[in-house]
Amino acid sequence: MLADLGFAALLIAFFASIYAAVVAFWGSRRSDERLVESARNALVVIFPLMLLASAALITLLLQSDFSVAYVYEVSSTEMPTYLKVTALWGGQAGGLLFWNLILAAFTAAAMLRKWHDERELMPYALIVASFTQIFFLGLVTFYENPFARADFVALEGQGLNPLLRHPGMIIHPPMLYLGFTGFTVPYTFAMAALIAGKLDIGWIRTTRRWTLVAWLFLSLGLILGGRWAYDVLGWGGYWAWDPVENASLMPWLAGTAFLHSVMIQEKRNMFKVWTIVLVILTYLLVIYGTFIVRSGVISSVHAFAQSEVGQPFFIFLALMTLFSVYWVLRRRDELGSQNHLQSLTSREAAFLLNNFVFMGILFATFWGTNYPILSELVVGERVTVGPPFYNQVNGPLFLVLLLLMGVAPLTMWYRTSLQRLGRAILGPAAAALAFVVALFALGIDNWAALVGMWVVAFSFVLTLLEFWKGTRARVKRGEGPWQAFSRLMARSRRRYGGYWIHLGVLIMAFGIIGSYFFQQETQIRLNRGESVTLGAYEMAFNGIRQYAGADDLLIREANLALYRDGEFLRELGPRTELYTRTGQPMTIPGVRSSIADDFYVIMVNWETVTNDAATFRLYVNPLINWVWLGGLIFIFGTLIAAWPEAAEAKATTATRTRRRTVVQPV
Amino acid sequence: MNQRNEKLTIVLLLLLALLCLAIPAVAQEPVTDDEVNEVARDLYCPTCENRSVDVCPTDVCADWREDIRQQLAAGRSESEIHAYFAERYGNSVLAAPPREGINWLAWIVPIVVVVVGALLFGRYLKGLRAEEATEDDDTIDVAQSTAPVPPPAADEDDYISRVEKEVREGE
Repeated sequence: MLADLGFAALLIAFFASIYAAVVAFWGSRRSDERLVESARNALVVIFPLMLLASAALITLLLQSDFSVAYVYEVSSTEMPTYLKVTALWGGQAGGLLFWNLILAAFTAAAMLRKWHDERELMPYALIVASFTQIFFLGLVTFYENPFARADFVALEGQGLNPLLRHPGMIIHPPMLYLGFTGFTVPYTFAMAALIAGKLDIGWIRTTRRWTLVAWLFLSLGLILGGRWAYDVLGWGGYWAWDPVENASLMPWLAGTAFLHSVMIQEKRNMFKVWTIVLVILTYLLVIYGTFIVRSGVISSVHAFAQSEVGQPFFIFLALMTLFSVYWVLRRRDELGSQNHLQSLTSREAAFLLNNFVFMGILFATFWGTNYPILSELVVGERVTVGPPFYNQVNGPLFLVLLLLMGVAPLTMWYRTSLQRLGRAILGPAAAALAFVVALFALGIDNWAALVGMWVVAFSFVLTLLEFWKGTRARVKRGEGPWQAFSRLMARSRRRYGGYWIHLGVLIMAFGIIGSYFFQQETQIRLNRGESVTLGAYEMAFNGIRQYAGADDLLIREANLALYRDGEFLRELGPRTELYTRTGQPMTIPGVRSSIADDFYVIMVNWETVTNDAATFRLYVNPLINWVWLGGLIFIFGTLIAAWPEAAEAKATTATRTRRRTVVQPV
Repeated sequence: MNQRNEKLTIVLLLLLALLCLAIPAVAQEPVTDDEVNEVARDLYCPTCENRSVDVCPTDVCADWREDIRQQLAAGRSESEIHAYFAERYGNSVLAAPPREGINWLAWIVPIVVVVVGALLFGRYLKGLRAEEATEDDDTIDVAQSTAPVPPPAADEDDYISRVEKEVREGE
C-alpha cells in the first residue's frame, strides 16, 4: 500500500516534469505568462511529491517491510533506527530517489527565489531544469524503482553494507549529492541566458551564491570521503585515485576553474564563452560522474552492458552535450567579447593560467579514469590506472597551482610591473627557502618533498601578507587591529573568504606532502608480550579480548600499549568486527593522533587471530592531521565567501542612496 | 703419504659440500611481511576492485601474497614477480599500465596535451596582447571619446587604496 503510494508519487512527478518542459516551451513561444507560471508550478510541485515518496520509503525501511526488494537489500530488523533512515541512500534505487529529492528541492528553491529577478530567463530556465529532472525521475521510475516488490518473502533483510555504517559514510553521500545537484542550478541559468540571448552579467549574479554553496558541499563530500576511507578502509591512506573518487573530483576541478574565471568576466567582461563552457563542463561532469558510479562502466565495459542505467545515462549525456554545444555555437557571435590583455603579468592573465592548469589536471584525471575503457574497447586489453599514474602526472600540476595561488593575488587588473612583482615575491621566497633549509638540516633529503614544501611555504607567507596588508591599511586609518581585521573580511567576503580557502588548501598540501612522502609502515606477527618498533614508536601486544557487540557483531579487540621514546603514551584497541549473519568483516584501526603524526594500527584480519597471537599492520603517517585541519579552514573560508550578505547589502544600499557613491566589490 | 693426501681431499670435499648446503640455508632467511607487501603494493588482483594486494582481505589475495613470498624466497626480484603476474593474469594486475607498446599512450597523452596546450595557450595570450597593442594605435581618437573607464595607472595598488578611501569616508 505504502509502496504503491510512493510509486504513484514518482509517476506523477515524472509526468509533472514532462508537463513542465512542454508547457514552458509553449509558453515561451507564445509569450504567455500563465503557461509559464503553470510550468513553474508543475516543476515546484515535484519537491513535495519527492518528499512523499522518500517518506514512504523511509517508513517501509522503519517497518522492515521486506516485501519491497530495496528494503530487503539494504536493511535488517536489528539495525538501529538512524541507520534504517539513512539506508534511504544506502543502495542504488534509494540513492537515486534521494538524488531526485535534492534536485527537486534545489530546482524549486531556485525557481521561487529568482522568479522576479530574472523574469526573462525563467521560461528557458524551466525548460532546461525540467530536462534534468525528467531524466532522473525517469531513471528512478522505470529503471531503478525503489518500490519494486521482491519476488520472494523474506523474514530478514540483508542489512546495510558494514562499510557504509560509518558516520562519515552516512553524511558523505548527501554532501556529494548536494554538491552535484547544486551545480545544475548555474547550468540551468547559463543555458537559459544562452537561449534567451541575454548574455550580460545577470545569470552570473543570479547563480553566484548557488555555485558557491554547491561547491562547498562538493568539497565537504570530498573531504569527508577521504576521512571515511582513512577511518574505515584500513589501508592507512585517504585518497586512492579510484574511479569513484575521480568521478567526484572532476566536477570539483571544473567548478573551481569556473569560480575563478567568473571573476574575470565580472571585472573585465571578458571570456564570456569560456565561462559558459566551464559551467557546461561542470554540469556534464556531474552527469558523467553519476554515470560512472551508477553504471559500473569503469570496472568493466561488460558491467556497463549489463547495467540497467548505463545506456540511459549515456544517451542523456550525449543529448545534453549536443544541446549545450549547439547553443554555444549559435550564440558564438553575441558571446564574443573583446578579449584583450594589456599585460601577461595581470590579474586576468593569472586567472587564465589558473584555468589552464585546472584543465590540465582535469584532462589527466579524465584520461586516466577512461583509459581502461579505451584500452578494452580498442585493444581488447584490460589495464588498471592507479596511484602511480596520477601521482606522477597530476603531482607537478598541482604544485604549479599552489605556486600560482600565492603569486596571483599580487597581480593587478590590467597590468602589474615585473619590478613590483619581483619586490613583493623576494622576501617570501627567501623565507620559504629558509624553511626548506631548516627541513634539510633536520634530515629531510627527498628533493621532491623539499620542492613541494618550498612552494607551500612560499604561497602561505604570501597569502598571510595579503591579510596583513589589508589590516594594516585599516589600522593606519585609526581602527583597532581586531576591528580592522574583521571589518576587512566583512567588507570583502569573497576576496578574504578566498584567501582563507587558499590557506586551507596550503595547509592540506602540507599534510599531503608529509604523509605521502614520509609514511612509514610495517607488518608483523606478534605473540602476547612481544613488541615492535616503528620510527620513534614502540608497540607492545598484551592479548586479545573477544565479545559480542550490538546487532549481530562479533568483536575481537587487541590490547596494545604504545610508547614513544620509551615513554608510555596510551593504550590502543584496534579491532575487527564480524557481522556474523552476513559474514562481512570490518577493520577498525587504533589511532593515536598528534599534530606531528598519526600512529595507526590495524589488526590484519586475513591472518589467523588467536587469543595469544595476531598480525598487525602499523603505519606512521606524518603531518596527516594537517590535512583535516586544512579541510576545516577550507570550509570556513567557503562559508565566509558564501555567507548571505544581508546586513552588508542593506548597508551598501543605504550608502548608495545617501551618497550616490558605489563601492565596487572586488 | 698418498693415503694422507686422499684423506685430506675427502675432508676438504666434505667441507665444501657442507658449505654448499650451508649457503642456501643462509639465504633461506624467512621473507618478512614487509618485503611481501612491498611487492604486493603495486599489484591489483583481477577480482578485487581498487584494492591493492597488500591490503586486500580476500582469499585470492592471500594466495597471491603467499605466491610472492615463495618467489621472493627463491630469489626473484620485484620486477620479475610483477612481470610474472602480468604475464599470467594480464596487465590489469599492475597498478599502472606498463610503459611499453600501445600503453605508452596512457602516459604520453596527458603530458603531450598539457605541453602542447601550454604552447598554444602562450601563443593565444600573446595574440591577445598584440591585438590590444594594434587596437590602441588605430583607435586612439575613438577610444578617447568612447572608452568609459581608462585603465588605472599601472603601479597603483588599487585594492589597498580603495580600502584606504573606504575607511577615510567612514562607514
